[in-house]
Amino acid sequence: MENRLLEVEGVSKQYRLGMIGGGTLHGELTSWFARVRGKEDPNTKIGREHVSYGERFWALRDVSFNVDRGDAVALIGRNGAGKSTMLKLISRITAPTEGEIRIRGRVASLLEIGTGFHPELSGRDNVYLNGAILGMSRAETSSKMKDIIEFSEIEQFIDTPVKRYSSGMYVKLAFAVAAHLDPDLMICDEVLAVGDLAFQQKCLTKMSEIARSGRAVIYVSHNMRTVSQLCNRGLYLENGRLGYDGTVERAIELYGGSSARSLRRNLDEVTRTNYRGQTMRMLDIEFHNTQALEYEQDAAMEFTLTSVAHIADPRLRIRLILQNSIATPIAMTQTEPFEVAAEETFTRRVRFPLNGIAPGEYIIKLSLVSGTPRGKTMYYDTIVDVSRFIVTDDPAVNEGFIWSERLWGNMRLKPLELQ
Amino acid sequence: MDNTNKRPGWDTVIRPRTGWFDIDLKGLVRYRDLILLMVKRNFTVLYKQTILGPAWVVIQPLLTTLVFTVVFGNIAGLPTDGVPKFLFYMGGNIVWSYFASCLTTTSSTFITNRTLFGKVYFPRLCMPISTVITQLINFFVQFALFIVFVIYYATRPDPQVVPNWRLILTTPLLLVQLGILGLGFGIIISALTTKYRDLQMLVSFGVHLWMYATPVTYSTSLIADKYPKLLGLYMLNPVTPLIEQFRAAYLGVPGYSSNYMLLSVGVTLAVLALGVILFSKTEKTFMDTV
Repeated sequence: MENRLLEVEGVSKQYRLGMIGGGTLHGELTSWFARVRGKEDPNTKIGREHVSYGERFWALRDVSFNVDRGDAVALIGRNGAGKSTMLKLISRITAPTEGEIRIRGRVASLLEIGTGFHPELSGRDNVYLNGAILGMSRAETSSKMKDIIEFSEIEQFIDTPVKRYSSGMYVKLAFAVAAHLDPDLMICDEVLAVGDLAFQQKCLTKMSEIARSGRAVIYVSHNMRTVSQLCNRGLYLENGRLGYDGTVERAIELYGGSSARSLRRNLDEVTRTNYRGQTMRMLDIEFHNTQALEYEQDAAMEFTLTSVAHIADPRLRIRLILQNSIATPIAMTQTEPFEVAAEETFTRRVRFPLNGIAPGEYIIKLSLVSGTPRGKTMYYDTIVDVSRFIVTDDPAVNEGFIWSERLWGNMRLKPLELQ
Repeated sequence: MDNTNKRPGWDTVIRPRTGWFDIDLKGLVRYRDLILLMVKRNFTVLYKQTILGPAWVVIQPLLTTLVFTVVFGNIAGLPTDGVPKFLFYMGGNIVWSYFASCLTTTSSTFITNRTLFGKVYFPRLCMPISTVITQLINFFVQFALFIVFVIYYATRPDPQVVPNWRLILTTPLLLVQLGILGLGFGIIISALTTKYRDLQMLVSFGVHLWMYATPVTYSTSLIADKYPKLLGLYMLNPVTPLIEQFRAAYLGVPGYSSNYMLLSVGVTLAVLALGVILFSKTEKTFMDTV
């Protein structure tokens, strides 16, 4: 029991979009009246994907998990999945609507770099101030000052007002303070995106040290490289619910593509972001000439895509963006433009030659796009994780070598020619 | 939010907002260094890039007192209970501006600190408390100046003021009560303004109007003479007995305070309690609305 640092039990958080108060005094009164009578709030919409201005929605719904000593937990999910809300709840910035969170020991949360830094104060004064904000006493900060300055690598500027700092120096100092707080639980939200690579590496090392020394880290980032390096456990959030709790590899896979490899997929029911899929919508995809979406090198993939267009477009294209297994885009290719009429359901069979794609696992992203006269692209519909597929490794094709994705990347160029 | 000890073995338990009166007093004690550092920060930052710097602390009350003396003392010719006009107005002015600045600065706690509050947790009451301490220190600087004038007038061959030494001893209590009163009103407003900003508009000129309902630019004896029936109502203003008491202590003016002092203390405690309740209820979820 003592081993447990954090318990999150049945936590939900409700927000209201857009405006607060003001014009919705009526709504507020009805909500209040419903609460008084113990009834369901009439202003809460349930089971809707698209919420509009002024409506209430659940940013988190019934999430439960635990964190033990030694855990380095990655909280993974797309934008709006509820990661930041979860961190805010654990950091006590706002209270949950339902559920309970129990914490043992000291929490250091870095939801932002340099929280509470005052631009007019010197670096040293800000270390004291920031330390106090994070819960350190003055004496404690003094005793760690030397380590903090050393870790931050900005010793020569420590007595300069931080308004003269570069954003990199800012992060370095801020992270140095938090890292020396000796927290039992450290929470980081994408804070390392600003520092240079060497410093990022240093921070990651520090965080894994914290986890290894019997404390714990919760880390949120969209950078799967750092996630897989640091974390030994992954939580995958999807639309405010906990979709997966287990190994970090599997969580990253889920993030990369909610789909497994499947030969046929209903695309109509996939959740879109940014209001895509309203005027044109991909409905269904079926892959041919394969058993398990495994292809030999230089083979070709073929699929049939069925979509519906609610408006006419004379120059519609199907665009395919190839992403590696952690959803980093690698290449783009698209069809010739073709014409569709309004309210037409159209089916196209597409052939995708895989020449030059190195062995490995990939994710397909599909879009329906149209070039506007001014050279911009109109995106009608996009699905980021249509399917995964594998290009198998054949040393014979690679002239005797087994392909190393880590060292050589994802593109297999034509052989060099000796002249 | 901090329901320590309710679950054995856990240091912090976070729940949906529940009770009326759960203030993290232990947390406040633990974060006392933060309060002090915030006070220090307020001072360091306040006079950055000003030529006169800390001199502004005394320039403001001196000029205001001068204007009061000319406008209310000489032009309007209001009586000042027989003490030098300048001293009379200065005493009222520094005490009032201490109270007023406590109120106005704490009233925007949530709005001015929303970026900080949105990123890290610490007992939110640290911020208004540190601003009140800042104002108190400001007051002491002005007070020192005031004392210089009091000594000047009291040690002249024909002493024009006779300080009441017994009452002077109560000054610390007086200042604490004033600070608490300003803090109480301030945090009530700050809690209410997270949702509706209207009150924020009211604060600056409301405080200004309030000043005229308080014996700052005139003496209570004026009210007692002209509107004796309204005196009871007038003294309900919790700041009035405090200013009366202050003037009685340092200038030897007979006060009307004694009967109303108890009432003022009661109002102060009630305002503080209401303020803390509203504040701690607001601090848990204000980030969702501010």
